[in-house]
Amino acid sequence: MSQKYIVMNSEDNCATSLVDIQEGTEIKHKKSLIKINHEIPLGHKFALSDIKKGDIIRKYGQIIGIATKDISIGDWIHTHNITSHYLEEVVE
Amino acid sequence: MMEEFLGFERPKGEVGIRNKIAIISSVVCVNKVAQQIANKVENSVAITHPLGCGQFGPDFSYTLRTLVGLGKNPNIYGTVVVGLGCENITSKLIGKQIKRTKKPIEYFDVQDVEGGTKAAIEKGTKLGSKMAENAKELKREPFDYSYLVLGLECGGSDSISGITANPAVGIISDRIVELGGTSILPEFTEWVGTEHLLMERAKNEKVREKIKETINTFLDNTMKIGIDFRGIQPTPGNITGGLTTIEEKSLGTIAKAGKAPIEGIIDYSEKPKGKGLWLMVEPGLDVESMTGLAAAGAQIIIMTTGRGSPCGNPVTPVIKICGNPKTCDWMASNIDIDASKIITADQKVEDVAENLWYKFKRTLDGEQTHAEILGFEDIAIWRCSAAPFQVFNA
Repeated sequence: MSQKYIVMNSEDNCATSLVDIQEGTEIKHKKSLIKINHEIPLGHKFALSDIKKGDIIRKYGQIIGIATKDISIGDWIHTHNITSHYLEEVVE
Repeated sequence: MMEEFLGFERPKGEVGIRNKIAIISSVVCVNKVAQQIANKVENSVAITHPLGCGQFGPDFSYTLRTLVGLGKNPNIYGTVVVGLGCENITSKLIGKQIKRTKKPIEYFDVQDVEGGTKAAIEKGTKLGSKMAENAKELKREPFDYSYLVLGLECGGSDSISGITANPAVGIISDRIVELGGTSILPEFTEWVGTEHLLMERAKNEKVREKIKETINTFLDNTMKIGIDFRGIQPTPGNITGGLTTIEEKSLGTIAKAGKAPIEGIIDYSEKPKGKGLWLMVEPGLDVESMTGLAAAGAQIIIMTTGRGSPCGNPVTPVIKICGNPKTCDWMASNIDIDASKIITADQKVEDVAENLWYKFKRTLDGEQTHAEILGFEDIAIWRCSAAPFQVFNA
């Protein structure tokens, strides 16, 4: 069976989907099962842990943004709940 | 065991992985003359472009430095430069600088040849063919990787390039640096959002400041003409594909440059001032970028693509690697390395990097890439001056 997702770095708190993952799918990560709470299209991300509003979201082991609301494990991470940390820091 | 590749030694000790004759036009007016010479000279490439006259300031310097750099590139055995005779970037200006490499060089202007372009084509063909004969005498010999300059490129990227092909290329870039070679990351518009990370990787404080200054100057200048570059990234297409923030997009891009420390920033078409990983100031159009890499001395380029791209370069072989299964299938005749099994099977990024490494080594030793087989030899030279735009819109 093909891999369903990829984690770019061990420090990441999100994974990237490698297929269109259906809502309700259970995904094995490390030794636990993650229930996927939304449809995750290929190339999109889901949370590997609960992430509080204002917390940092990491991919490639680096900061890709901050959570704009509380995100639960298995939630879709997209523009509705992540914003640029760079723009917050540099522009505003 | 020491890693080696088979290359052609040049008079001043540089090493090429191809042994071509370059026929360069100094100005657009003689492009067809140069092309027709190249058509008749064995193992030659035409280097033509729409520039060479009426250029000033940085645009003049970029065109001149690029044409000189392409002739100097160690993949070129010898060069014939053809000018018209009344342009401001002359065949003599280009030819004299290439001559410093001690490689075979000839230059002349069409207006100085009795008999017009017919005679000029005959003259160029004769000069080029003599070089081509002599080039055949040269044999490949083993060299270590300190002689190698790798160019990193991406184009037609999709949402999975940054998690498939790009990190695989990053592994190869780091390997070249570890083996004592040089790697160049161009496309500075795509570093925006990651400058703090690039700065952390800078070799010293001076390089750190230079990275900051380069990005800030670009952002300030674009602001002056009413564009907030940061606000337009990622694009709507990127967002549909899964990217969310400018830093996420740029991290995917700079993944091509692995984790090596950054030695410094070079200007467009400028040769790196040492070994290791370098950043090149260049705005991100693939063909301009690869032309700049070849002019900076890169003997090989790896280009990642998601949606597929046919582009090649006349001087420097371009290896294409693609992570998108549909593109790998539909554009199989343009893609050298299929990275899509990260998506469709259980391959890891590291497995793809190993496949790429074997193709990379075979390409160094003479195996042709798809772009070479197809004869895709694209040249575009960066024009950075906004002056004409401002004059005409005043």
